[in-house]
Amino acid sequence: MIPELGQLTLILALALAIVQTVLPIAGAQLRNYSWMALARPTAQLQFIFLAIAFALLTWSFIQHDFSVAYVANNSNSMLPLMYRISAVWGAHEGSLLLWALILSGWTLAVSIFSQRLPLYFVARVIGVMGSVSIGFLLFMLLTSNPFDRLLPVPMDGADLNPLLQDPGLIIHPPMLYMGYVGFSVAFGFAIAALLGGNLDSAWARWSRPWTIMAWVFLTVGIALGSWWAYYELGWGGWWFWDPVENASFMPWLIGTALIHSLAATEKRDVFKNWTVLLAICAFALSLLGTFLVRSGVLTSVHAFATDPTRGVFILALLGVYIGGSLLLYAWRAPSTLKGGTFSLFSRETFLLFNSVFMVVSMLTILLGTLYPLVMEAMNMGKLSVGAPYFNAVFVPLMLPVIVLIGIGAIVRWRNDNWQRISKPLAILLGVSAVTGVITGLLLLESDIFISILGLVAAFWIILTSLSAVRERLKNRQNKWLALANIPRSFYGMTLAHIGFAVMIIGITITSTHSVDVHERMAPGDSVSFANYEFTLDSLRSVPGPNYKATEAVVNVSRDGKLVSTLRTQKRLYTVRNMPMTEAGIDAGLTRDIYVSLGEPLDGDAWSLRLYHKPFVRWIWLGALFMAAGGILAATDRRYRLRIKNKATQVDDNSVTAK
Amino acid sequence: MWRYSFPLLFFVGLVVLFIFGLQNDPSKVPSPLIDKPAPPFALDTLHDENKKITHDTLKGQVTLLNVWASWCAACRVEHPLLVRVAREDGIAIYGLNYKDERPNALQWLKQLGDPYVDSAFDQQGDVGIDYGVYGVPETFVIDKQGYIRYKHIGPVEQEDLDNIIMPMVRQLENAS
Repeated sequence: MIPELGQLTLILALALAIVQTVLPIAGAQLRNYSWMALARPTAQLQFIFLAIAFALLTWSFIQHDFSVAYVANNSNSMLPLMYRISAVWGAHEGSLLLWALILSGWTLAVSIFSQRLPLYFVARVIGVMGSVSIGFLLFMLLTSNPFDRLLPVPMDGADLNPLLQDPGLIIHPPMLYMGYVGFSVAFGFAIAALLGGNLDSAWARWSRPWTIMAWVFLTVGIALGSWWAYYELGWGGWWFWDPVENASFMPWLIGTALIHSLAATEKRDVFKNWTVLLAICAFALSLLGTFLVRSGVLTSVHAFATDPTRGVFILALLGVYIGGSLLLYAWRAPSTLKGGTFSLFSRETFLLFNSVFMVVSMLTILLGTLYPLVMEAMNMGKLSVGAPYFNAVFVPLMLPVIVLIGIGAIVRWRNDNWQRISKPLAILLGVSAVTGVITGLLLLESDIFISILGLVAAFWIILTSLSAVRERLKNRQNKWLALANIPRSFYGMTLAHIGFAVMIIGITITSTHSVDVHERMAPGDSVSFANYEFTLDSLRSVPGPNYKATEAVVNVSRDGKLVSTLRTQKRLYTVRNMPMTEAGIDAGLTRDIYVSLGEPLDGDAWSLRLYHKPFVRWIWLGALFMAAGGILAATDRRYRLRIKNKATQVDDNSVTAK
Repeated sequence: MWRYSFPLLFFVGLVVLFIFGLQNDPSKVPSPLIDKPAPPFALDTLHDENKKITHDTLKGQVTLLNVWASWCAACRVEHPLLVRVAREDGIAIYGLNYKDERPNALQWLKQLGDPYVDSAFDQQGDVGIDYGVYGVPETFVIDKQGYIRYKHIGPVEQEDLDNIIMPMVRQLENAS
């Protein structure tokens, strides 16, 4: 009964999505107020139905209802409760339901927090988001219904993929989806603006906080994914340039370009067409990410569900949404009124250059990800370009970005001159270079060019950001008051940029200074490197709820003093007969010690992988800083105030829009 | 005006590419070896290091050449199926034990059963390279004359056997 109820709620949600799309958009074109007014209630009701559907599926998992095919394929009577709940989004059908629920959640948020926006605009935004919902609900109901029954009912389920049985994976997909789907709001705003033909700076102001929040979720989601891969896959890597990772990284790059371009559009009324295009692309890449992961077009180590018929459906969806919006763009964008002007040497120029570099980096990643597909289409065999390609093209593209961030922080809007900033910039560059080299040589005892370059780059970003704060305090009597008066969004930007610097430090030092030792060890054996001594203390068998494990206890000591006792396990998940490694990690701000158990060798010896990874935490710490900066920027008080002023102003002459 | 259509054109190009991509089964990587003679090899057998096994050993009957290793988790998945096929359908399955250690491999066969007529011991993986081994397990269908007719990548499942491999083996057996 419960699965049928779930099915029914999905169908009702689809019906509501259709109403939510057709009437408000038509109403906005025909100036029919009662049709436009339907946007909010239908969106809210749709959310309620999807939430019920989601709850019903969760209930089927908790109750071990193996008559539901999706539950039978992804759960097991021995699976702990926590993973039965996270198994809801552990595979294709359920993750689509989560996608639809989150989309509907963002629409709900728009319907609540848009009271000050003109109705015709809200109606269009909610209508566009409803049309995306139609596509995904149809996709779910026609090709991947999570409530399909299975006959005969199996005795027990096939268990959740052991890779996903991990606390990190409980929140990673929802966060990532919050980010992906969050760009649907920016997309909705962009399409609404194109439909209405009013691409103005008000549009940029309205969509800015939404875009930043989506970007924050995506940042956290990607960082969580990287952290999960680090400790769960057991090879100590934190980024693999795997197609699935690239699929989440591409919208992030465009999202980053978008929030910067939006800033220029809001403040200076420039780059309107470029910003709209970025908003469309960010969402297009989110859809593309879903397509790449779910269709099996590219085989990847973690494309969990692959099915070509679904691929065709997603491709059709992509064609309708992206093709449709790009067509609208090609039609409407040329008629946009000219915006503000700026001279070549201004912050606008640097922002534009930076967003172009972001787009180019995204295209190189897209090329690398799709290259195997191109080769295959041309009958040149199936091959994939690996990390060497991505490192070789991506890293050099980030260098100008880093240089531009620093200059962009100092240079003024609209018009500035080189004479004014050349001296302070030269000083900042000199200080960064000296500090970077000294820190590298003395503190890290490093003589590797890349890591020193990374430090110099990081100091450059930090010092120029701080100098921009100092610039704001110049000529102020009360420095503390001035500091308190700096808008929150400015602090947000500074924090996010410093976060980027922290991440650069983490990435360069980890990549150049990690030590990795692969040893055959029996209990009692020990190995020394990087000033630590690793001793394999003992091996034992440990039973788990749905796996059997061998656990190794490794003592790590330094100068004869015990630093940490690490436990690493090799698990065999019995239902799927899949081995998994649980790494033992001693985490620290300046270094991680990482131990993972390999394969059994002769006698009681095992192969062990031991790693010393300096500054690896800084990668995720940097991402957290960026996310925190984003939250500060999105919650700036002036948005709410300005929205209020602008909205009343716009409302007066709103309905004249085409 | 034109430049605003560039994104659309770029996207249309991508869609065409994806349509191509969808027509290819991602698990089926074409092998240049199909319908070519099986690359020659001469290796010690796994069970007896004084005994040789060569590509000629396979000739005269339709065989499956299964690339496996004791370190390979996916091999464990397909292994029971191979044991059963060898017993019930009487197909000659040869093993190519790939980049493995002898004691581990022998222990593995003792534990899980030995479906192989014989296994060649390719410790260095040289023969694997000649056969274009891309991931373990892989299974080749080789006809009576020693020509490779089909290559399966990844663990063989019941469906693959029923729909592709067995019909092909029967057809090749009936051919002269």
